[in-house]
Amino acid sequence: MKLSGAEIVIQSLKDEGVEYVFGYPGGAVLHIYDAIHNQSDVEHILVRHEQGATHAADGYARSTGKPGVVLVTSGPGATNAITGIATAHLDSIPMVVITGQVTSAFIGSDAFQEVDSVGISRPCVKHNFLIKRVEDIADTMKKAFHLAMTGRPGPVVVDIPKDVTDPNIKIDYQYPEDIAIRSYNPTVQGNQRQIKKAVELILAAKRPVIYSGGGVVLSNASDELTNFADRLGFPITQTLMGLGAYPASGKNFVGMLGMHGTYEANMAMHECDTLIAIGARFDDRVTGDIEQFCPHAKIVHIDIDPSSIAKNVRVDVPIVGDVKHVLVDMSKELKLSKAKTDEKALDSWWKQIKKWESGNCLRYDKNSALIKPQFVVEELHKVTNGDAFIASDVGQHQMFAAQFYGFNKPRRWINSGGLGTMGFGLPAAIGAQLAHRNEMVACITGEASIQMCIQELSTALQYDLPIKIITLNNRYMGMVRQWQEFFYESRYSQSYMKALPDFVKLAESYGHVGMRIEKPGDVNSALTEAFAMKDKLVFMDFVTDQTENVYPMIAAGKGHHEMHLQAECIPAQSSDRELA
Amino acid sequence: MRHIISVLIENESGALSRVAGLFSARGYNIESLTVGVTEDASLSRMTIVTRGSDNIIEQIIKQLNKLIDVVKVADITDGSHIERELMMIKVDAREKAMRDELQRLADIFKGRIIDVSDDIYIIELTGEGEKLDSFVKAVDEKSIIETVRSGATGIARGKKSLQV
Repeated sequence: MKLSGAEIVIQSLKDEGVEYVFGYPGGAVLHIYDAIHNQSDVEHILVRHEQGATHAADGYARSTGKPGVVLVTSGPGATNAITGIATAHLDSIPMVVITGQVTSAFIGSDAFQEVDSVGISRPCVKHNFLIKRVEDIADTMKKAFHLAMTGRPGPVVVDIPKDVTDPNIKIDYQYPEDIAIRSYNPTVQGNQRQIKKAVELILAAKRPVIYSGGGVVLSNASDELTNFADRLGFPITQTLMGLGAYPASGKNFVGMLGMHGTYEANMAMHECDTLIAIGARFDDRVTGDIEQFCPHAKIVHIDIDPSSIAKNVRVDVPIVGDVKHVLVDMSKELKLSKAKTDEKALDSWWKQIKKWESGNCLRYDKNSALIKPQFVVEELHKVTNGDAFIASDVGQHQMFAAQFYGFNKPRRWINSGGLGTMGFGLPAAIGAQLAHRNEMVACITGEASIQMCIQELSTALQYDLPIKIITLNNRYMGMVRQWQEFFYESRYSQSYMKALPDFVKLAESYGHVGMRIEKPGDVNSALTEAFAMKDKLVFMDFVTDQTENVYPMIAAGKGHHEMHLQAECIPAQSSDRELA
Repeated sequence: MRHIISVLIENESGALSRVAGLFSARGYNIESLTVGVTEDASLSRMTIVTRGSDNIIEQIIKQLNKLIDVVKVADITDGSHIERELMMIKVDAREKAMRDELQRLADIFKGRIIDVSDDIYIIELTGEGEKLDSFVKAVDEKSIIETVRSGATGIARGKKSLQV
């Protein structure tokens, strides 16, 4: 088969089984767009801004586990994509981003729409390539997908100068079946000796905690994790990125941990004697003050990326490997082991945890005359049976969604945890809805975040995507306002938006349905009505309490036991430790 | 502590900037960095001299290994090794007394005078960094016109080797 460079790019996507490519045309990629025009296997989704393309591809990837694919032009096309690439990079999301480049002969001459895409993207990709010859396209595409999907996943950029895709130069095409990269051999299987050691430690634990993260979702190890936690009867907490891997309704779940984690999860971290970290990376939002982190614990850490281990926190038993494989091996080892868990110690540990739980740290005022954001999320859970794909933006609403939706399945919670990218939610919901045409997809957002990629409302109309947008509109950048209230003596510098669009009219002008909800009593019926419109995007503008804060909260740099709780809740004390 | 890290890396454009970028992005310190070809044309060998606590050095090695273009990494300061640096120093040698002194110093340090022109000597010296420092100190400061140093490079002793 003789193909041009442009055709090879598209044929490689077909051979990788790619369904959608999210993109925006421009000069340097016009040959490739011509090749897209002549086929129907790979559907191109035309976004309204390249950032939207990357987030949509990201949302597709997070909700399916398949790589997201992006196609943008050189210069501003590539720079606009950077935020989305960095977002995917920090959360280890597999993505292949094809950027056009100026014709080879012009590279380095400050040509029109030229930037050094490989240079600019280098710090925020897993790897990147500049293709110099048409003969290298197929191999490079194969490598790009291989790198994006294996080991610790991540985004890969492939930069292709325009002349390399010249439709007049055709060569023989064959897509490689597999590819070997001599310098890249991620460890999949965990070391057996280390696994044995970990199991000994686990069985000897008196106050154990499982702390699991996004790696469990990425490795599709949700069942293995659930079996592991349930068999041991250990309490499990999950990071923002890990939610849903172990069901929120599961009996051992003690809530999310970290800056806005539950009192019981953070106290359990502080008091535990054995910590089993699974596919989590000890992020600063999770650990708080490193010096005070899990002061009594021996730590087992399972991660596929050796550089994640002992990066922020010292570890007693490191296990490098794919979480799924390691959990399978650990379960085998647990079965073989003669030792049993210390039921008596576990019993009193659970008693202590239940005591912490009894304070109900996620309590909020349910009799308020104003709509509480937490209430909207709880009602959303009811209306969707807790079974929707929830994409979120960044800020208070993101934390309320994480705390109150109660994710029971992996890949349903789609949020920018690492980079914290406002504007992520709507395009990510677009990617998730394309991948799951017949399922409920909601975007929980705020009036500030939604405006950062609001143009994608137009994309949603073009492809008939019936996303439900839940805007928790408090007229403030809520999380900024909260920090200003706590740490800047309520000086609300530039966090108030005096001018806001009428979101109902805005939604309507984009061809969608808009709703404004102002009373708590209307929340449930409005949500029910919106979700009944199965073929319509509904933009729901919930006018919420402006003063609501996210609790509990550990201030940056504080220990897990130093939480701020709501006034009516029990005070946080590190000393209320009554252990057997 | 000071460490010498040897890196085998794919001989591809951009590979050097991946390493340099890693050090600047993560705030690791680089005392010197040298790159050269190897007997295998597809590979370059890099020698990085850096300083840091054991934790930092462990992270540096892990992060280097994580770069897709990096084939092998070794901290050669872990074992017995040989380290060398090349220096060329240009000095004012107008007066005879000075010329004699330079010749003597060069002999003591096992250096060589490799160029003589218009009352100027260029002396070549190899050795460990400290030896080169001592030579510079020994030469009259006022007479030094220019020095150029290659940065350290090193190799493990015995059978140990960095190979694919």
